[in-house]
Amino acid sequence: MAKRLDISDLNIYYGDFLAVEGVSMAIEPRAVTALIGPSGCGKSTVIRSLNRMHEVIPGARIAGKIALDGEDLYGNSVDPVQVRRNIGMVFQRPNPFPTMSIHANVIAGMRLNNRRMSKKTADEVVERSLRGANLWNEVKDRLGKPGSSLSGGQQQRLCIARAIAVQPDVLLMDEPCSALDPISTLAIEDLIGELKKDYTIVIVTHNMQQAARVSDQTAFFNLAGVGQPGKLIEMDATEKIFSNPTQKATEDYISGRFG
Amino acid sequence: MTTMQDPLDVQLGGKKLSRGKLPRGTAIGLLVLSVVVMGGILQMAGSFGIVLTVFLGVVLYAVAIMVLAGAVEGGRAARDRLATTFMYSAFALAVIPLISLLWTVIDYGLDRFNGYFLSYTMRGVFGGMDAGGVYHAIVGTLEITLFATLISVPIGLLTAIYLVEYGPTRLGRGITFFVDVMTGIPSIVAGLFAYALFALFLGPGVRMGVVGSVALAVLMIPIVVRASEEMLKLVPNELREAAYALGVPKWLTIVKVVLRTAAAGIVTGVMLAVARVIGETAPLLITVGVVDSVNYDLFDGRMMTLPVYVFRQYSQGLAPNGITTINYDRAWAAALTLIIIVMLLNLIARLVSRLFAPKTGR
Repeated sequence: MAKRLDISDLNIYYGDFLAVEGVSMAIEPRAVTALIGPSGCGKSTVIRSLNRMHEVIPGARIAGKIALDGEDLYGNSVDPVQVRRNIGMVFQRPNPFPTMSIHANVIAGMRLNNRRMSKKTADEVVERSLRGANLWNEVKDRLGKPGSSLSGGQQQRLCIARAIAVQPDVLLMDEPCSALDPISTLAIEDLIGELKKDYTIVIVTHNMQQAARVSDQTAFFNLAGVGQPGKLIEMDATEKIFSNPTQKATEDYISGRFG
Repeated sequence: MTTMQDPLDVQLGGKKLSRGKLPRGTAIGLLVLSVVVMGGILQMAGSFGIVLTVFLGVVLYAVAIMVLAGAVEGGRAARDRLATTFMYSAFALAVIPLISLLWTVIDYGLDRFNGYFLSYTMRGVFGGMDAGGVYHAIVGTLEITLFATLISVPIGLLTAIYLVEYGPTRLGRGITFFVDVMTGIPSIVAGLFAYALFALFLGPGVRMGVVGSVALAVLMIPIVVRASEEMLKLVPNELREAAYALGVPKWLTIVKVVLRTAAAGIVTGVMLAVARVIGETAPLLITVGVVDSVNYDLFDGRMMTLPVYVFRQYSQGLAPNGITTINYDRAWAAALTLIIIVMLLNLIARLVSRLFAPKTGR
């Protein structure tokens, strides 16, 4: 568990459009890496390329290399489905499966893959994952209720429980709190702090205070203008980025002068 | 300045927040009054008739409520009242034929509709004999429609999955075009097609249940494709992505997430398609033919079906002796049977789709 990701010279295209250009960065294991930057700068595109989710969009492709503990994720013999089994993802809007109970949602990663397991194992996985997502105490009495019966913040933690139930190496979070209220956001941020003991976490966020609170490393992305590709401007330890950034653009962005 | 009124204020009805309001029940009362008054006028003119009275009464009501609401409540409320009148009238116009049809079928059909009618065939029944039933036709209709459903649901559903999940390719656009064309195929042509297809292999004059099923399937497939396509499109993309992100392959995502989420709507769509074809007469007359006794075998010989039974009975006209109207009575009772079957199927489909519907509530 908890592997490192090395990205080198990553270009991401949608059809002919170059969306992200020349990204190289190292994502450390057992740490939180935050991607920040203005809208349209390619943060989400980059995070989706890390578990080959961007390929779901027709015409999307990459050039360059992304390696998980040295193994190229885009090698010829690599199965994108296997990549996604090892690199989990939580999305902006909570998306529990509406036809499933809370219990079934947590083990959806196994059930949907037709993996058989005893009821005892399933219950253990559900309890471990829900405890891991700080949701167990709130839902332990109503595991049979539909996942959509929970509040937005609870649903998002259910989605995190679902993602960690399959025990991935890396957990990607694409603006996991942007649809949530401050209290639910706090719950998720506390959870991220605990999860980083076991997982490599990459989080995209629009909220700079959030990046400052939860992350160890911060990468700042920017784009020169509309229609231009997004680029990685600067990546460093979070304290350094927020107190003494090297680049002028980073300082302008985090001090709220633009974006 | 203070004496001049702002032109914008005038346009929007001034700064006043309240306005006059007609008392509750005015609309209903006025409607009844209008109809009664119009009835009285027509009575005096000597040309009283229910339909004319109601029609002219509603027109009178529309004018009266416009004037009254315009005077008390203002122009916007008056237009709202008028639009409401139009909508209710349109609804009534749409429902009246349906109720009238149901009423007629029940009224005429109930005479002969009983256990005997449902459990006996027409074997050995002739003239005006007080006997005969639809058992053989019920068996035929259920078997042929069921088999048509078995043919068309896999084809239609897989086509819809291709169109929605594997996307807008040139092939996809072609399929959509031909599905639209198929929707417009006259049912008699579908019957001829199925007959010609089987005649190729089994020689001319072939008549059996399965040929009818194929003809009905030709009519059902485009409806199933269309309905399933719409339902699959309604499944949020986020659910597909959620499954992909868990490392679920695309085919399992489609089977276990997309189809499962859309199941309720797909069941309803299939039911609509069944209801659409279960009353088809022309293609079955060509492909399945007519018979007086029960035949359970789809793959051997003619079968009777309810729509064809209705047609057959009605076309025989008055009987020469005995109960002279027996053929008409049987036709109406069989029509009632068909409607009841369709309603039962709809009821079952509702229960099934409730079972599949995404769960809500705490």
